[in-house]
Amino acid sequence: MTTLEVQGLMKRFAKLVAVDGVSFELQPGTITALVGESGSGKSTVARLIAQLYEPTGGRVLFDGEDARDDRQYRSQVQMIFQDPFGSLNPVKTVQHHIARPLRIHRIVPRSQVTARVHELLETVGLVPPEDIAAKYPHELSGGQRQRVAIARALAVRPTVILADEPTSMLDVSIRIGILNLMLQLKEDHELAFLYVTHDLASARYVADEMLVMYAGQIVEHGPTEDVLQEPLHPYTRLLLAAAAANRVERRPAQRDAGGGCRFVDRCPLAIDVCSSVLPELVEARPGHSARCHVTAPQPGFNPAD
Amino acid sequence: MTEVLERARPVPPGGSEVLVELQDLVVDYGTVRAVDHVSLQIRAGEIVGLAGESGCGKSTTGNAIMQILRPPAQVTSGRILFRGDDLTGKSTEELRQFRWRNVSMVFQSAMNALNPVMRVGEQFVDMMRAHERIDRGTALARSGELLERVGIDRRRVRSYPHELSGGMRQRVIIAMALALSPEIVIMDEPTTALDVVVQREILQEIEALKRDLGFAVLFITHDLSLLIEFADRIGIMYAGELVETLPAGALDRQALHPYTLGLLRSFPPLSGPLERMQGIPGSPPDLAKPPSGCRFHPRCPHCLPGDAALFVRQTTEKPLLREVAPGHRVACHLVNR
Repeated sequence: MTTLEVQGLMKRFAKLVAVDGVSFELQPGTITALVGESGSGKSTVARLIAQLYEPTGGRVLFDGEDARDDRQYRSQVQMIFQDPFGSLNPVKTVQHHIARPLRIHRIVPRSQVTARVHELLETVGLVPPEDIAAKYPHELSGGQRQRVAIARALAVRPTVILADEPTSMLDVSIRIGILNLMLQLKEDHELAFLYVTHDLASARYVADEMLVMYAGQIVEHGPTEDVLQEPLHPYTRLLLAAAAANRVERRPAQRDAGGGCRFVDRCPLAIDVCSSVLPELVEARPGHSARCHVTAPQPGFNPAD
Repeated sequence: MTEVLERARPVPPGGSEVLVELQDLVVDYGTVRAVDHVSLQIRAGEIVGLAGESGCGKSTTGNAIMQILRPPAQVTSGRILFRGDDLTGKSTEELRQFRWRNVSMVFQSAMNALNPVMRVGEQFVDMMRAHERIDRGTALARSGELLERVGIDRRRVRSYPHELSGGMRQRVIIAMALALSPEIVIMDEPTTALDVVVQREILQEIEALKRDLGFAVLFITHDLSLLIEFADRIGIMYAGELVETLPAGALDRQALHPYTLGLLRSFPPLSGPLERMQGIPGSPPDLAKPPSGCRFHPRCPHCLPGDAALFVRQTTEKPLLREVAPGHRVACHLVNR
């Protein structure tokens, strides 16, 4: 069963195509990592799904139907942001932040709001909930704030959570705690997560599926272990090499690739066809696809020609 | 992996000269003690990593060496020796001469460190002319050379900061820090705001520059994995105190402090078996009311009431840094039993 499906999603900001024909599915009880460097368009994809931006093209399907711009969709699809310092109102208590969605979306009767707030705080590991609920954001650590943001997202009983770099502003010793919470929520509530990150190691730790984005396009997609242990796309290999502290060649200026592969300027494997023909996302192994003339041979093209 | 890197980058000989020495350094922000009796040596030409979480005092330590603490922060006691000369008693003019020429600094966010309405070259010229008699043309020519050293086309002296990528701006800042050939460069999270690939390239450039020019580096970061490959020695700070110092090559297998071990266990592996990790429970303490005894005890997995005698020590008595092996010091009651 597919909870959310993205088809040919496109977003143009003036002349810049930030997201260029992105398609994938989010399944319940599955964490899908969307990895890439800054400027790859990964956060824009999450924001398009959250309807924070209007797509230039493509569709978002929710439960098989076109996603509507309504209250129900926005409660089903929740987003967690990078900056837990900016996403909470400094003059409101934790109780206020979590009770508000419960009231607006009429999740529980008024009399049960406080009990539900406490329950949600316990779910995200903030105990004792009575004490935490009375605090203001400035009285909490970064990790605690991010947990409050997660509790707030859970308040409306969503089926999809879009987590945009939820740990990158947190101290290293508490990042694992947030990742563990995502794993636990995935298992206990059958949630579908989109985990947007530049950190391959944390993506490996939590994600079942992995999407690799470069210059607005998905260049590789497959089960996380397959993508990381046997990467097909040279860009994925470059990212892995950088993360694994191997030697990395100098990054050339990113030119307009014309009609060819976006990665051609940086690619150690490039052949003639790469600079003129944009490769399609082709399944090279079962469930594991890449956009590459060399490692994922394109139907109709013979690289040897 | 670590062994290969160690061979590639020999640790400087033990006899090399001590450049910077912190002796029982204490820095207070009003009533909050940010750096608590930290003693650390940095030798000429060596890369010392200083790691810990936000609020542990690592940046304050760097700022103290650079002598750029702003009120209410001040050095309350202890000494900061540069080639044996105490910096804490220096006049403003003496410090102005000392900064950039002897010690320079690279901050995390290059975007904020460059003036957005001045061409890059002019910013070099300004800085050089504040410190030495040099005409504008010579200074501009030298800034072009410096840019090339960090892999930027010298014509970029005419660029404005917004015309450069984040990685290029950070390279400009590094070039500027090297302009007056300092003996030590303090780098405070110099690559944290950058993408992994660019981060790796910049670290390699810093290493190459260090080899050519021979400056020492105090590298401040929260990312231990960077230090394993990049630093010669590592100091770990927690809640204002130095809790462990050791050779970088020993971090992987010989680290002893439960906090260091917790930090190491906070990075999931990119290959090999994957297990559910625990990180470190709890959060770093509020320095306005630090925990009694060992400051790490509320988060320490080895602080249990079962062993009553040890538990009393852990919760009431401050552990001292003690040498457990050459160049390896730990402040922990478990180790010092």
